[in-house]
Amino acid sequence: MNKLNLNQDQINSCRKYASLIANDVQNFIDRHTTISVERTVLRLLGVDGIDEFSVPLPNKMVDDIVQNGDISKGVSIYIATALKNTGLSLLEFVNQYVSGDLSLCSYDLIDKKEAFEVLKPYYEKSLNKIKANKANREEYLTKFPRDKTDLYVIVATGNIDEDVIQAVSAAKAGADIIAVIRSTGQSLLDYVPYGKTTEGFGGTFATQENFRIMRQALDKVSEEEKRYIYLVNYASGLCMPEIAAMGALERLDVLLNDSMYGIIFRDINMQRTFVDQYFSRLINAYSGIIINTGEDNYLTTADAIEEAHTVTASQFINEAFALKAHLPSKLMGLGHAFEIDPEVENSFLFELAQAQLAREIFPEAPLKYMPPTKHINGNIFRAYQQNAMFNMVTTMTSQSIHLLGMMTEAIHTPFMSDRYLAIKNAKMIQKSMKSFGDEIEYKANGIIQNRAQEVLDSAEKLLKQISQDGLFFSLESGVFAQTKRMRTGGKGLTGVFEKSDSYFNVVLEKMEEYFNED
Amino acid sequence: MKIKPYGDTFNDGKVQISFTLPVANSARGVQAAKELVKQMGITDPQVVHSENLSDNFSFYIVYGSTKNSIDYDKIKVEEITSQALSKEEIEEAIKHNFDRKIVFVGASTGTDAHTVGIDAIMNMKGFAGHYGLERYEGIDAYNLGSQVLNEDFIKFAREKNADVLLVSQTVTQKEVHLKNMIELVELLETEGLRDKVILIVGGARITHELAKELGYDAGFGPGSFAEDVATFAINTLINKKEK
Repeated sequence: MNKLNLNQDQINSCRKYASLIANDVQNFIDRHTTISVERTVLRLLGVDGIDEFSVPLPNKMVDDIVQNGDISKGVSIYIATALKNTGLSLLEFVNQYVSGDLSLCSYDLIDKKEAFEVLKPYYEKSLNKIKANKANREEYLTKFPRDKTDLYVIVATGNIDEDVIQAVSAAKAGADIIAVIRSTGQSLLDYVPYGKTTEGFGGTFATQENFRIMRQALDKVSEEEKRYIYLVNYASGLCMPEIAAMGALERLDVLLNDSMYGIIFRDINMQRTFVDQYFSRLINAYSGIIINTGEDNYLTTADAIEEAHTVTASQFINEAFALKAHLPSKLMGLGHAFEIDPEVENSFLFELAQAQLAREIFPEAPLKYMPPTKHINGNIFRAYQQNAMFNMVTTMTSQSIHLLGMMTEAIHTPFMSDRYLAIKNAKMIQKSMKSFGDEIEYKANGIIQNRAQEVLDSAEKLLKQISQDGLFFSLESGVFAQTKRMRTGGKGLTGVFEKSDSYFNVVLEKMEEYFNED
Repeated sequence: MKIKPYGDTFNDGKVQISFTLPVANSARGVQAAKELVKQMGITDPQVVHSENLSDNFSFYIVYGSTKNSIDYDKIKVEEITSQALSKEEIEEAIKHNFDRKIVFVGASTGTDAHTVGIDAIMNMKGFAGHYGLERYEGIDAYNLGSQVLNEDFIKFAREKNADVLLVSQTVTQKEVHLKNMIELVELLETEGLRDKVILIVGGARITHELAKELGYDAGFGPGSFAEDVATFAINTLINKKEK
């Protein structure tokens, strides 16, 4: 597919710069751990639940080591040592630990090899469960093959039971992917809430139990509809790897997973979230979960024509980070968006150029294409028309994960009928224009080809600049979304620790081992 | 003058209504929709379309005429009366009346994650050809982004000696934006800051009347631009100074 007449050498050059950028950050990542990474290790060993003050046990234990032990050695050695010394199973130990009868940090640490032996039954149990979930998903996908474009809608009631009703209804109307929006502000919580929840603001808390409830409901409707319905949640934030682990255990299919989004739009500290992102994406890769990245959001604050190249550049960087975490192309749901002001002459052509550009640069990636939001003005009839144009570009350029635009965007979280009408809108266009993209070519040096070339040129220039300056410095100078974030600013920096020489992470090592054997 | 909605004839009262009922689509569902619309004060309702959304939910589009009418002469609203000045006129007014820059601090506060509104007013680029406040020479504009806690918002405003606070509330669920707006006013009062700043709120569901009711100086709804907000703020500051 080369409708834009792009030069492959130029694309390769962008990839080279992106890989230099990712290498530089990976050096930092490899030398650090975070409290969220360590909590994830505990979760994947099977630690779950809360104490009498509703503090999640992984938080309680990691905070204990931060205060009374040496977290730079990692939680793995502490929990292994405690089990070895007490002779208890993990469950027995945790129960007695919570009631205050046992300490986690008061033993002489055992050696690494012994620690792996002690912890083996626990990590193997989780890893086997994750593998089984992956196999289960693959079975579904063989049984119910998918079309090239999946329709994605959100539910956001705040109540998981209500979410289930809305999700089932949307799936029956034709949605292929259901995302449960999180309660606003959850990305800034430095813990994952526990258990089933029925009250949230603008969304529902992401908890492992809520994941399980929705998965069960969607499996049922998948069988009825003979389509496997993907379940989406959001990892980006202060608990990226923990949510990745929970998603792996409960067979989520897609996770929003993008530290640059967290840095820019949630003011999360960059050191913290780059380290979190790596482990999080490694878990996603291991569990076969598609990541979605959030560069489409740049265009909600910056201008969609002038800043289009920043989205392309960010996609290259996100691809390079994903490769570091062993994610194959088919799990890279790189983001972009239809956000040009529709009053601009030929805006449709510019959108087409941008969407086609992403498709040709990342031919294997399940691209996530976002609907118009910025230039939606409350006139629901106008919005319905804008969404129809967006749906046409999606079909013409074979986008993969098609987030449906709502005519009531920026008015309220979608009504059931808003969602239904959006699905019908997309389906009509998908059907009536099915082969349109295969039938057309773009004029040589016409508006579309020239626009795509212009964006790629600017993206290459920007990537070159970032590769020279380093990503940390570039984020400080506001290259994306015209937002400046400081290396030591934002939320979560106190949870970052330099690893000591004896540091190890049992789960991470096992996963890396698996990929290196592969 | 008594008025009604206009379909194609003066005062025919025609309205369109659409909604979902938690039952399957059937003759009974259609009749239920009709009866419901009658109860809303609509005569001669016609269900022009009905279909199933899923097993137990159905969607209806209904046309009819409202019995009610409104005496337009008796309608009074709190409106921002000042005609918006142009960017140049605003710059001139600042230069003429103040020998310093005017400090605007804005944010989408509380749980609201949407920055579309505050960005349209504040960002350099602005919206639909109307430059944002960051572009004004006489204005120091700080846009704190989304999900800013009221406490942090006030702290920042105090640090910068803000003259004007801009609060954006875009998407809301279960009226959470109202609670948040009220909390901000209460906090400002507790800190003794309320009278020292011009407090303005904007958003899709904000009216000037609502804003005044909640203790704000002004409220701006959809279709407002940087000039509208700046004109109100600067005029109010000038009036305050002259007092």
